[in-house]
Amino acid sequence: MLEMDLQGPVAPPMANGEVIFEAPWQSRVFGMARVLCEAGHYSWDEFRHQLIKQIEDWESHHNERHEVEYPYFDCFLNALTDILEAKGLCSTVDMSVRADEFSARPHGHDH
Amino acid sequence: MSHDDHQDHKHEHEPPSPQALRVEAIESLLLEKGLLAPTAVDEVIARYSERVGPMNGAKIVARAWRDPEFKARLLKDGTGAIAEFDLEGGQVEKLVVVENTPLQHNVVVCTLCSCYPWAVLGLPPKWYKDPAYRSRIVREPRKLLAEMGTVVPETVDIRVWDSSAEIRYLVLPMPPKDIAEDMTKIEESKLAEYISRDSMIGVEVL
Repeated sequence: MLEMDLQGPVAPPMANGEVIFEAPWQSRVFGMARVLCEAGHYSWDEFRHQLIKQIEDWESHHNERHEVEYPYFDCFLNALTDILEAKGLCSTVDMSVRADEFSARPHGHDH
Repeated sequence: MSHDDHQDHKHEHEPPSPQALRVEAIESLLLEKGLLAPTAVDEVIARYSERVGPMNGAKIVARAWRDPEFKARLLKDGTGAIAEFDLEGGQVEKLVVVENTPLQHNVVVCTLCSCYPWAVLGLPPKWYKDPAYRSRIVREPRKLLAEMGTVVPETVDIRVWDSSAEIRYLVLPMPPKDIAEDMTKIEESKLAEYISRDSMIGVEVL
């Protein structure tokens, strides 16, 4: 994603040299949240409420001049997790089981 | 082995982060359930990385600078006026365009999360989502803008617009002084090159 943001015909007023996504998982979680919304599984406002809840929760435990970096996309991922569970689209138990399976793979398997 | 080689080597064998594993798990489960089409996520990422960005907003501002009638329509009904541009943004929210004048400077925030006029500016920069920006731009806008490099004279009012699920804001910046006199002589596409993303959020003046 990094190179896409900085090249091509959109470059001039683009991101002032900043990148939108700092890791591939951040772009994928954004993409999934949008696709499921556009497919009508929930409204963006419903997703937004989950996101606001996550952000409020994080901010209630951290000072504004925080030492740790604000994990916006962690909040975003938690919001997606919650809305998938709430809408019965995917259970958190299944997610954890699958993530554990992926974690047990030898590292670098898909490089 | 050089230092750089060592770094690369280490990176390749680093285990994926818990977040990356969780996201991969969710995606694989949704694909199995048929809730995601195989290329749908890539398509959305490409849309917001390559096709929907601040150049859309810049074209709109450039036209408004050159065409007073368009500008009047834009300020009256942003959503309706930008329909002329056939933008691909997937956003149906109401767009309100606020004009900077010698007496009023406008700046946009989303105090609760990260609402942003995607169709005209793409995805928000990191600082826009940061808790410090979201609270300080409301509490002490003049001071924060100065820290971001934009000194707004005391004689100019600052108006802060809080985005919501329903309404997204776009700032119509004032043109740079050196071209303000002869904008009709400059092509719209050339004019657009003067317009930065940050000026359309309101944290920069041109």
